[in-house]
Amino acid sequence: MSKIHVTATVNGDPAEFLTDPGTTLLDALRDELGLTGSKEGCGSGDCGACSVMVDGRLVCSCLVLAAEAEGRRIETIEGLAHGTELHPLQQKFLEHAALQCGFCTPGLLVAAKALLDANPDPSEEETRYWLAGNLCRCTGYDKVIRAVLDAAAVLRQERRAA
Amino acid sequence: MSDVLDRPATAPQFDSVGTRPIRPDGIDKVTGRAAFGADFVMPGALHGRIKRSPYAHARILGIDTRKALALPGVKAVVTGADFPDLDEELIEGGEAASSMRDLAWNVMARKKVLYDGHAVAAVAAVSPAIAEAALDLIEVTYETLPHVIDVEASMAPDAPLLHDHIFTSGMPEKPTTPSNIAARHQFVRGDVDQALADAEVKIEARYTTKAVHQGYIEPHACVASMTADGQGQVWSSSQGHFMVRTYCAKVLKLDISDLRVTPAEIGGGFGGKTTVYLEPVALALSRIAGAPVKLVMSRDEVFRATGPTSGGVIEVKLGATKDGTITAADVLLKFQAGAFPGSPVGAACMTALACYDLPNFRIVGFDVVTNTPKVAAYRAPGAPIAAFGVESAMDELARKLGMDPIDLRAKNGARDGVKAAYGPTFQNIGFLESLEAIKQHPNYAIPLGPNQGRGVAVGFWFNVGGESTAAIHISEDGTATVATANPDIGGSRASMAIMAAETLGIPVDKVRPVIPDTASIGYSMLTGGSRTTFAVGMAVVQAAEKVVAELKRRAAKLWDVSADQVAWEGGKAVCLDATKDVAPMTLKALAGQSARTGGPISAEVSLNAQGAGPGFATHVCDVEIDPETGGVTVLRYTASQDVGRAIHPSYVEGQIQGGVAQGVGWALNEEYIFDAEGRMENAGFLDYRVPVASDLPMIDTVLIEVPNPRHPYGAKGVGEVPIVPPLAAVANAVRAATGVRMCDLPLSPPKIRAALDARAT
Repeated sequence: MSKIHVTATVNGDPAEFLTDPGTTLLDALRDELGLTGSKEGCGSGDCGACSVMVDGRLVCSCLVLAAEAEGRRIETIEGLAHGTELHPLQQKFLEHAALQCGFCTPGLLVAAKALLDANPDPSEEETRYWLAGNLCRCTGYDKVIRAVLDAAAVLRQERRAA
Repeated sequence: MSDVLDRPATAPQFDSVGTRPIRPDGIDKVTGRAAFGADFVMPGALHGRIKRSPYAHARILGIDTRKALALPGVKAVVTGADFPDLDEELIEGGEAASSMRDLAWNVMARKKVLYDGHAVAAVAAVSPAIAEAALDLIEVTYETLPHVIDVEASMAPDAPLLHDHIFTSGMPEKPTTPSNIAARHQFVRGDVDQALADAEVKIEARYTTKAVHQGYIEPHACVASMTADGQGQVWSSSQGHFMVRTYCAKVLKLDISDLRVTPAEIGGGFGGKTTVYLEPVALALSRIAGAPVKLVMSRDEVFRATGPTSGGVIEVKLGATKDGTITAADVLLKFQAGAFPGSPVGAACMTALACYDLPNFRIVGFDVVTNTPKVAAYRAPGAPIAAFGVESAMDELARKLGMDPIDLRAKNGARDGVKAAYGPTFQNIGFLESLEAIKQHPNYAIPLGPNQGRGVAVGFWFNVGGESTAAIHISEDGTATVATANPDIGGSRASMAIMAAETLGIPVDKVRPVIPDTASIGYSMLTGGSRTTFAVGMAVVQAAEKVVAELKRRAAKLWDVSADQVAWEGGKAVCLDATKDVAPMTLKALAGQSARTGGPISAEVSLNAQGAGPGFATHVCDVEIDPETGGVTVLRYTASQDVGRAIHPSYVEGQIQGGVAQGVGWALNEEYIFDAEGRMENAGFLDYRVPVASDLPMIDTVLIEVPNPRHPYGAKGVGEVPIVPPLAAVANAVRAATGVRMCDLPLSPPKIRAALDARAT
């Protein structure tokens, strides 16, 4: 079984790797590119721990084949901060103590970023439904939702200032 | 909304305790850099896979591994024959003793498989695909046996027998025949039969719960490396790397010190990672293969082969006078243990009535083996199941008496000086305060609409202490490293840093908490039983106190005074000898001169912490029922809890909110479903539905601080009691909304629909 050569943009940088036809994007990110921030919690698209963006669309990377990444723009948790500067979502997750074990956190952050990209001023209910695909077993979501809403406010402020 | 209620007269001022700094491991966790179990890679590591039984109960007639071994790329295959047979030996864990013989048999089956998913063989190969292919080449011949899932069916005299060596313990006389009933527990006070006969008001009901899983999002994962001379290393996510070391050494008959275990970040445990499944298998494979082996479970494996908690039957009789004084309580508990003895029914018995001061009671519990995965600890093990029955019955009693449910509980509630049903006499408890906080909470007075209902329930958990080690090293620039031996499952690094900083008198950000491997620090019991902030925190504070004593000695040396002439104030040594004209010396200054005052400054403290203060909680839940679908929406949830002292209040609130969410899932959705052959039908997050963000409202908390005098800063365990009340709080709210008492969890939409239909006819 020969491998497929894939060229993609990952977090803004060129990336290439060889993959088996059946390998998931999640496994390629983790095992071929060493980007282990995306997590496998279920492997069936039910937990959201592997959430990444493909060409601006939020997906479970465990449900995408690595070969499908050819020519695409992939964004993972590793690309959320700008160098040492945390994204407001990351900062607010820390300030609100919106993580306990932290395993679901990368997926929640990627999904929340997608929400705020699409809707800069979401209601609590909109936020809860958007993040319903990301399971967190530790927090009961309370502080997660507060952190996302708070980050949304910061981003709106930044946009107004800019 | 979050409130912290102090007892004003007893509230001292702290610099760090009670503040909310950003957790020390935070940036790693929001940037994806934190390394969890499956993130660890080792050069040359092989990929392992485990073959699991498709039968709930079967005899293993033979395992032929020759074809698998012949597959190119396969480096090792192990079966039960590769593991030593162990004698019965009980080892104390965080919350329950584990039988090493049963543990070893659970890790890899011998002679029989006892549940769907039981491991029968394992392979290590150069790629995951080859390992997967090799599994299919392992030929296992089974003779299937009748199986039993239901707890009461398993107790029947004609039930299929799982083990021939179980003779019910705790009986007046040892039984002459084996059964599936491993143990009977009993706690009695007074004459409950007479008191029930005399009672003016009585409640009698039977409740059931289903097995539910801890549901941590991170599947079990490890890398193990073992050399031919018997020395091994393990990297894994668990609730205790010392536990992993001990259990692996026992299962493989190794010297404990020949194993070194390094903790990965742990992606949730809730009790489910207080035992081992993969680590001994990976070590056994590595020993044969001569290379490191990585094993990672799939979600299906997590559901089918790791610990849920028990499904149970709870029968409750309550007797009371017309004024609401409870005179009698009779509680019977029957718990599924899974394939081996050890359900949390003992703890369930001890906690069942712990919130109340009762003259007469009888609590009996049965630990029953079933053809289901061996249960593992789950957050306040056993207590939520017992509380579901008792607190539902309390709600019915309040209705019958026409009393407010909080008033009924307060009238009969445990307070200082009350002797608990399980033995000790309570001191410094805040149960009544937790009730009062809910009674006074604005949420308790919000008017309800049609199809809405409000439910109250309370809960108790012991909290534990235990063996703990902490070390503090002062760096030459005056910063500190705090090393503790307990995996951080919910922010405990932050609380360790806070307590060290408070004691040393330096800012929290000058304290770096770390969790070293088993070869680099003294022993600690695992992270469980809500013990870490209390017990490990005590070791941290004592180590910091030793460091302070040493710093005072160093200052005394520099000032040429006796050590008792030096005080430690605000992170500085202050000279009390008025004849000396010396300025106070900071920790930084003293650390910088340590080479000429006696060398590096550090301290390690190992202790066995006693005096964990028990936790009490009162919850109120508002729900709305959709009469058309039977769906339940949680509108509001408010939890008050005596937390002793909140070291980092945000993470205390988080523990409460997380426990509530798990309890709501247990009440409304979660359950193990088995088919007629005893196979789990819903081994995935699609069909085993844990609460998602849109299922829950904000969860309001009230932290009540009744300090624990046995802890230097008053801490009590906080992580477990929040899951105790929600099952009944939700069920009582559904009762209020529908007018129908539903006694069988989960209260899933079809059951609610059926209850509404039955009400209509």
